[in-house]
Amino acid sequence: MDAAVFLISAAIVLAGAGGVLVARNPVHAALFLVQTLFGVSVLFVLQDATFLAAVQVIVYAGAVVILFLFVIMLLGVDRSEDLGVEPIVGQRPVAAVIGASLLGMLLIALLVSVDGPTGARGANAELGDAADNTRRLGEALFTDYVFAVELTAILLTVAVIGAVVLARRVRGPLAPLPVVVVTSVADDDPQGDEGPTDVAGAPDADTVGEGA
Amino acid sequence: MMVVTTSWYLALAAVLFSMGAVGLLIRRNPLIMIMCVELMLNAVNLTFVSLGSALGDLGGQLSVFFVLVVAASEVVVGLAVVVAIMRRRQGATVDDLSVLGG
Amino acid sequence: MLDLVWMVPAFPLAGFLILTFGGRRLGEPTAGWLATGAMAGSFLATAGAFYDLTGRDVHDRRSVTTLFEWVPAGDLTVDVGFLADPLSLTMCLFVTGVGALIHLYSIGYMHGDADFRRFFAYLNLFAFAMLMLVLGDNLLLTFLGWEGVGACSYLLISFWFTDEANASAGKKAFITNRIGDWGFMVAIFMTFATFGTVAYVDVLDTTAAGTVATSTATFIALMLFVGAIGKSAQFPLYLWLPDAMAGPTPVSALIHAATMVTSGIYLLTRVNPIIADAADWVPTLIAWTGAGTALFAATIAVAQRDIKKVLAYSTVSQLGYMFLAVGSGAYVAAVFHMITHAFFKALLFLGSGSVIHGMDGDQDMAHYGGLRRFMPITAGTFVIGWLAIAGVPPFAGFWSKDEILAFAWNESPLLWAVGLVTAVLTAFYMTRLVILTFFGRHRYADPRPDEVEDAWAAALAAAEEAVVDAAAAVDAALAASEAETDETDEPAVAEALLAARAAHEAAVEERDGIVASAAERPELPALALYGAPDVGPVADRLPDEVAERSGHHPHESPWTMALPLVVLAVLSVLGGLIQLPFSAATKRLEGWLEPTLFGNEVHLSAGTGTLWILAAIAVAGGALGILVAVAAYLQRRVDHTAFEQPILADAWRFDRLVSNFMGGPGRAGFEATARFDSSVVDGAVESVATMVKAEAGLLRRFHNGLVRTYAAGIGAGAVGLVIWFLSRTSF
Repeated sequence: MDAAVFLISAAIVLAGAGGVLVARNPVHAALFLVQTLFGVSVLFVLQDATFLAAVQVIVYAGAVVILFLFVIMLLGVDRSEDLGVEPIVGQRPVAAVIGASLLGMLLIALLVSVDGPTGARGANAELGDAADNTRRLGEALFTDYVFAVELTAILLTVAVIGAVVLARRVRGPLAPLPVVVVTSVADDDPQGDEGPTDVAGAPDADTVGEGA
Repeated sequence: MMVVTTSWYLALAAVLFSMGAVGLLIRRNPLIMIMCVELMLNAVNLTFVSLGSALGDLGGQLSVFFVLVVAASEVVVGLAVVVAIMRRRQGATVDDLSVLGG
Repeated sequence: MLDLVWMVPAFPLAGFLILTFGGRRLGEPTAGWLATGAMAGSFLATAGAFYDLTGRDVHDRRSVTTLFEWVPAGDLTVDVGFLADPLSLTMCLFVTGVGALIHLYSIGYMHGDADFRRFFAYLNLFAFAMLMLVLGDNLLLTFLGWEGVGACSYLLISFWFTDEANASAGKKAFITNRIGDWGFMVAIFMTFATFGTVAYVDVLDTTAAGTVATSTATFIALMLFVGAIGKSAQFPLYLWLPDAMAGPTPVSALIHAATMVTSGIYLLTRVNPIIADAADWVPTLIAWTGAGTALFAATIAVAQRDIKKVLAYSTVSQLGYMFLAVGSGAYVAAVFHMITHAFFKALLFLGSGSVIHGMDGDQDMAHYGGLRRFMPITAGTFVIGWLAIAGVPPFAGFWSKDEILAFAWNESPLLWAVGLVTAVLTAFYMTRLVILTFFGRHRYADPRPDEVEDAWAAALAAAEEAVVDAAAAVDAALAASEAETDETDEPAVAEALLAARAAHEAAVEERDGIVASAAERPELPALALYGAPDVGPVADRLPDEVAERSGHHPHESPWTMALPLVVLAVLSVLGGLIQLPFSAATKRLEGWLEPTLFGNEVHLSAGTGTLWILAAIAVAGGALGILVAVAAYLQRRVDHTAFEQPILADAWRFDRLVSNFMGGPGRAGFEATARFDSSVVDGAVESVATMVKAEAGLLRRFHNGLVRTYAAGIGAGAVGLVIWFLSRTSF
């Protein structure tokens, strides 16, 4: 039973990941991401981590991905990048090598070891069953790790403020984004004489006359 | 039927992580790149939970909790930066940001 | 007083500093008197130290006065100290004494020169360096003086440096000396490596105790010998000495006769224990080098026309004698000859300077002759110097040369034979010099070969012109006779034509006659010893300078120049007294120098009878040389041109050989070395920079500013980390 659930969830997760990788449209990619998150959530449930499964759906799929979609809408939905062309020479082979080697080594580490993963128990609370999970988690968080929780609260606050500051409109016309010639690793430009060449981009239409 | 051992979860997490890494290197759209980062983080979360349940330790889930929070704030700030940079032009990709080159 | 031996070099140093920084106020003649005073002070200080040393017991005659520590470099400590022992004080005595006399002489000689002050500054600096050389208590201090005298020699040779030839002569001297200096330096290195110190006291005492390996001693002795060859102008590094005559004559007298060139012999005498410990062929090499050079230089001096060149080659030859003595183990004889040579050679040089001064700078003996009537003091003192160098008893040169020949016989009869032949040649060419300069007819007013050539050319030109004019006259007459008009007087015109034709013929005949006599005219002798050269029909066409010269009268020199001549003449007469070979009591120099010789002085094995015979043969040889020269140059019995072979005048073309070698293969070698330096040595340094640049060029490609490249880099790094962790785990 567990195996079947696992296999199906695994398939969902990997399919979603693959979809993120190859989706041309960012909205499609976001949806595939949601698929993966759901799969992972199921796997959490399988491991009796019920609280986290819920949080995964609510926060990740429900908030972060929504945020993604907002930004996608802000920056233009109809954009899609051409996956057929890779401007940086050698990037794809390098990526393949890195991915393959990472995978290989992780699998080696995990599967070749005789006794399986051999970690040591930390000084944390015992893991209970599914029904008990939330209570135990809450107890641990607000007694042993309350300081960390406070810090994360600060972190979130800072992040929000930072986001507001970073993303706000500035007064006046924006300087156009320079058009750069994409150079590759193998490009021979030792002197760096070719800097970004300027192209006068059209200022954003919605900056005119708008206050902060 | 086979018993689902920890190794299965860990293997799945490894594959997911690798796919996220590859995607990060391949894609040019900044938003999708951040999504790939999310994939990697999810793989890590899965690893933590698996190992925590294998060891009977709540620490794994606690770590995931914090990872989740930090990931969320990271996405917030990251997207704010992406918005700030990319709103200038249609069709901008990360390859256009090579001002630091030389 | 011995403690104050440092004052000996201090006086000339002070003189130099004052003269250099004293400003223009010290003009003529104050600068000269100041410098002379410094030298005189130095002489007095030396005399005081000498007196003090004589008062000491024979075995205690070695005093080291250390001023301060000079080089405190770990294992090597070198002090500035002075070693006052018989050898060094003897050298100092004649260096300061003769030096003072030459300073006095220079006041008169350099009178009117614009660089008067600079000259005396250099002279004092030279004296300081020479005294440091002699008094230094270690090899390094001697080397300081060694280099110093080399530098001063350069400065003084090219004193009138505006003339290219003088500057080149200075450079030649310096560079040739440098080769010798290399040898000296290697010897110092080896000495330090062997003994751990370079101080004479330690080195020589250790060597005399017999603890030094023969190979080491041979090496050190050889290297010092190389240095001595350079400084004392032996073959093959003698080339600079004749060229050094380009400097003012007092310089030649002081540096290249009396002092600097004797440094080599001083050095070898100082390190006689090392030579004694060296292999047997080392002293033999020294002796043969000396003898060979002596003969070689003597043959060249026979055919020189420049009075200073004769004396220069003579110096090389006499230095060869001193090396012969050192090589034969006769250190006392070498020092004795060094002293007497200082006296008579300085006398000869100063005398020649007086002659040159009186002849207004003319150095060619072909223009001299009969000067004893005009310059009696110079002539008289010069004759004394001549007798001394020719080895005529009882003058000083006879005693010292005879001693050397005796020890040469002791070493090898062949060496003695070479020395004897050289002595004969010495007597010959010195007599030749004296006769050509002071006796015979005064040749200054004679027309010179180039002037006679000009006269013949002028006569020929005049005759040609006459022919041309006569031809023109003929044409005019012809034209007149053909232009017949009523007014023409036919017989007169015809007569005029005939006369013109006759005149033309006469002119042509005269021109042909001159051409014929020009072709037949005899070669003008280089030395018109017997009468004024007969220039034949062109006597009235000689340039005006000839007539101007006939009214010229050479003048005697002022007292500042004459006094040193007289003093040196007296010394040349009496100098032999310090080492008369008759008994141990009269051999004062030998007894005096004994503490410095560590028993390395060779003892003559020949009996007194043999020695008397050898002396008689030497005197006979000298007399033979004098008589032959008199016969050739004063009477007309022997043709003098037989002796003056061109190859001798050309110094065996050795100089040209060296220049060709240096210009050809030498230059190729130098350029190869320079290329090696710029490509290999510099290239090694530059290649480091080039490599860094190339690597940076490679690495900078990763800095293309693209996020994904950096992401790939991070990924690769992560992979690496994982590999590393995996490698550290065990499964």
